[in-house]
Amino acid sequence: MDPAIEPASGRWKFWLATLLVFALIGAAIFVPILRKRMKRAAQLRQQSEEQARRELIQPVPMNPSDPRVKAKLFWLSDRDNSALAPVTVELPLSSDPVLRSKQVLDTLLAGPVDLELRTLPPDATLLAFYILPDGTAVADFSEALATSIPSGIASEQLAVESMTHTLQANVPQVKWLKILIHGQEVETLAGHVDLTGTFDVNAGTEQAPTNPSSAPVAGKTGALLLQPLTLDSSTGKLARQ
Amino acid sequence: MLLDVGNFRRLRFLTIWVAGLLSFACAVMTLALQTSSSTQQPATGAVSQPATTAPAGQSATSTPQPSAPGLQTSPGGLNVVVLDAAHGGTDTGARGTGGIQESDLTLEFAAAAERALEQQGFQVLQTRQGNNNPSFDDRSAIANAQRAAVFITLHVASTGIPGTVRVYVNSDLPPVTLANGFIPWDRAQAPYLGLSRKLGDLVQGMLTQQFKGSPDAAQTATIRQLRTTAAPAIAVEVSSVLVNDRADLDHMAPGVADAIARGVAAFKPLYVTASTGGALP
Repeated sequence: MDPAIEPASGRWKFWLATLLVFALIGAAIFVPILRKRMKRAAQLRQQSEEQARRELIQPVPMNPSDPRVKAKLFWLSDRDNSALAPVTVELPLSSDPVLRSKQVLDTLLAGPVDLELRTLPPDATLLAFYILPDGTAVADFSEALATSIPSGIASEQLAVESMTHTLQANVPQVKWLKILIHGQEVETLAGHVDLTGTFDVNAGTEQAPTNPSSAPVAGKTGALLLQPLTLDSSTGKLARQ
Repeated sequence: MLLDVGNFRRLRFLTIWVAGLLSFACAVMTLALQTSSSTQQPATGAVSQPATTAPAGQSATSTPQPSAPGLQTSPGGLNVVVLDAAHGGTDTGARGTGGIQESDLTLEFAAAAERALEQQGFQVLQTRQGNNNPSFDDRSAIANAQRAAVFITLHVASTGIPGTVRVYVNSDLPPVTLANGFIPWDRAQAPYLGLSRKLGDLVQGMLTQQFKGSPDAAQTATIRQLRTTAAPAIAVEVSSVLVNDRADLDHMAPGVADAIARGVAAFKPLYVTASTGGALP
């Protein structure tokens, strides 16, 4: 063996081993830090999305120059969640029906003085609201409306009725209300109340803007259809469409 | 000498490889760090836009429209009661303290109601027996397949005065009949609302006798499960999963079952009267 090569080979081995040791130490230190940073970044991203959404969907500001009107808002009448009761609140409301609807719904979401009497979850937000030419209002809420509401027929029905009653009392241009969750139509609010149709707000006797094969229309609260104790003569068979 | 030179070359080759690997690892880590830091920017693009929302009535056309048998009730009258223990599977329904789950309780109430109804001479069908979660339409289809049945869906609320029970009937559904004489599946309940109201009031009356503080008459609500049911259909909701002790709800099961059975028994002659009134095809 060439004596000149052997020390050189030994040096290479030494440097290689040193390099590997440093690499291992570096990896041992760096990988956990990297994982931690990735985790934090994921959290930050979530927060950022929520933050951005909240910034964009800031409750519609009340314009002090708008005339102050006595708005009727519907919250629970008692802590037993049995019925709704109107609460009159003086608010500067816009004359524009969309803005006005947003203002009253945001106030409804904010809840009454006694927070136990609220009908909608505190973390729910109104993402979008618009009114179609036929008078159908589309209210798009954040997922919290469906996930944070107490599950049950009574609580879900009262939540919907608090919205329809409030719109009925304050925005006569809204005839029907369609509720979406995060931009999507959902089958139920939280497993019970049907959200596939539209809810009557100020429609009166007007027919709902749906064709027979589309979503049903829920009747106005309190306006029960007391049919006679017989089946409809028109009743035939159930259809496959 | 040749061997030593080869050894030297191998070492150099190995070193280059290790250096290359390390460089690659560093590049990957840097890229990962850059990616993670870029995600810290607010993701405004993820905000839902109104443009993505669907106007009323558009997506409802995707509702399944399975066929169902005819609505004609048998002259022999009401014999079948379909009991629906709501929720199940991954859908636990309302959840209370101490692990109380609505889906478990509804099964328990359905079993008790089945025994009470059988004692009254009714045939009972259940939409689920175990921890599964049939779809709303599948549950309705069980009742819709019967010639003369009533449908009772059982729920436990997460609100309300503990120890009370409420009965619900579906809200007004304008009846629609298609040109071919069929009614749409998604409004199957419409022709039965009057009968459902009567059944609801009778069952609520029986429940109120047993559970003070309950309402005197059935309430209305827009209940998804009832809408597609082509039979007199009611929802019974017990309050609530928020009791401190599950035994409080367990003790209610026999009373609720008995009230349901007596209510359905009281409804039976009215159902026969209705079905023989000549209104049916």
